[in-house]
Amino acid sequence: MTPFTYARADAPDAAVRLGEGGARFLGGGTNLIDLMRERVEAPGALVDVSGLSQAIEETAEGSLLIGAGVRNTALAEHGLVRTRYPLVTRAIVAGASAQIRNMATVGGNLMQRTRCTYFYDVEGSRCNKRSPGEGCDARGGFNRIHAILGASEACVATHPSDLCVALAALDAVVHVEGAGGARTIPFGNFHLLPGETPDRETALEPGELIKAVELPPLPIAAHSRYRKVRDRASYAFALISVAAALRVEGGKVAEVRLALGGVAHRPWRAHAAEAALVGAPASEASFLAAADAELVGAVPLRDNAFKIELARRTIAAVLSDLSEAGA
Amino acid sequence: MALIVNGIEAPPPADPRVSLLDFLREHLHLTGTKVGCNQGACGACTVIVDGRRVLSCLTLAVQADGASVTTIEGLGTPTALHPLQAAFVEHDGLQCGYCTPGQICSAVAMVEELRRGVPSNVTADVAAQAIAATREELRERMSGNLCRCGAHNGIIAAIEDAFGLETAA
Ligand SMILES: Cc1cc2nc3c(=O)[nH]c(=O)nc-3n(C[C@H](O)[C@H](O)[C@H](O)COP(=O)(O)OP(=O)(O)OC[C@H]3O[C@@H](n4cnc5c(N)ncnc54)[C@H](O)[C@@H]3O)c2cc1C
Ligand code: SF4
Ligand code: FES
Ligand code: FES
Repeated sequence: MTPFTYARADAPDAAVRLGEGGARFLGGGTNLIDLMRERVEAPGALVDVSGLSQAIEETAEGSLLIGAGVRNTALAEHGLVRTRYPLVTRAIVAGASAQIRNMATVGGNLMQRTRCTYFYDVEGSRCNKRSPGEGCDARGGFNRIHAILGASEACVATHPSDLCVALAALDAVVHVEGAGGARTIPFGNFHLLPGETPDRETALEPGELIKAVELPPLPIAAHSRYRKVRDRASYAFALISVAAALRVEGGKVAEVRLALGGVAHRPWRAHAAEAALVGAPASEASFLAAADAELVGAVPLRDNAFKIELARRTIAAVLSDLSEAGA
Repeated sequence: MALIVNGIEAPPPADPRVSLLDFLREHLHLTGTKVGCNQGACGACTVIVDGRRVLSCLTLAVQADGASVTTIEGLGTPTALHPLQAAFVEHDGLQCGYCTPGQICSAVAMVEELRRGVPSNVTADVAAQAIAATREELRERMSGNLCRCGAHNGIIAAIEDAFGLETAA
């Protein structure tokens, strides 16, 4: 690692000031320290923000406001999250290991970077995300874990988070603070598609701090699931994942939320599938048709065509589960 | 400030680049904690910080300044083994022993998580307050500690025995 300074922030505005000066925020460190050791990242200053905002509070409007410093385990085990938003708990416990979940913060989870192996290989590979304009070795290389939706000529990486797939389905809201003051960002606008600038991954401005993530009240979220398909039963990133909530009335889909992980540069909210589902019979045939409506634009790379069929089947399986469990 | 390592105060390193793992091994000569992958993928470096199991390879020592750190040396000694260490011997919970300190630190804190009702990926009802300590639960909860020697059956048996867990299957 290249040398850096370390300081702990005692208040958000102090952190923002240091961030403005070029310091990087440090949560649990489970992603940033690794990337620094691999020399993908080399910040000259770290400001530890893990001690800020560790509260989970219910607002007067019935939202749940989750401080950016809340550890992933603390979020997963919170009573209101387990009962009102079980897909959030399920998504978290499907990720990483217990040790990593004890360290990782909510803010860091949103900001974690891709696991594309070429992105990590500073010495040997070209990567537009690491060095803009250099080229992308994944596009013609080993790309089994890469994107099938929303990719660009410049970058075919996926966003690795499980939690973020659940947050996308819930229309969470990200509360941030920067030099220009505080603002909120709808979750659907938070992560970006790669386009021409895969080095830009989120809507955050340089130095802007995530203060909290808000889960809006959403009764159907109490009937929700998260399913992750991976190469081993535990402690592996998703090949495909599906977060869903469903309400069926008189045999027809009355309300549905659906998001996919492992398919794109950002957690993928499946709007096309949702639109196809509302009012349709709650049957496997409609679930598969909705999956097809979402995946019609999928573009496979050399090694990842299997993801299209896997996503299709996993979407149908999760929706069938929810519908059978009495949506 | 200082880190409290196994009850003893240690000033943090001057260079913030030093990981908690290197601090324990190279600065404090507590070599029980092992270096495996050094990138979060194996669990060999697991220690307990303020009651929570964490990876010392992905923790900067300065991040743990002010915290209480327990390593394998703080759990038991050769003449006064921790009950889980004794159970590992009894149940052949190891072959080469390299992953063992991490397994034991991990399991000691894992049992607290289980008692607190923290759900896991195999918990059927995440809203349930109490979680049965099935073998499936124990395996999933210990999946962050790899063992190249494949001593997992002995490891799970040792954990059940040491903590008096009644597992169904
Ligand atoms: C072996 C391994 C396996 C894993 N498996 C999974 C998995 O299966 N599923 C999964 O979802 N994740 C997985 N992870 C990733 C893990 O979830 C992330 O590393 C973690 O969530 C990052 O959180 P952190 O607090 O440690 O972030 P850090 O490493 O501290 O920071 C990550 C980034 O976030 C920025 N940041 C931190 N806090 C803020 C803030 N408040 N505002 C703005 N920016 C901020 C940092 O500057 C940095 O760029 C795995 C990680 C490892 C090492
Ligand atoms: S897919 Fe994106 S992250 Fe991976 S090598 Fe290409 S540009 Fe880099
Ligand atoms: S050495 Fe820390 S997880 Fe492998
Ligand atoms: S006993 Fe050899 S790695 Fe586990």
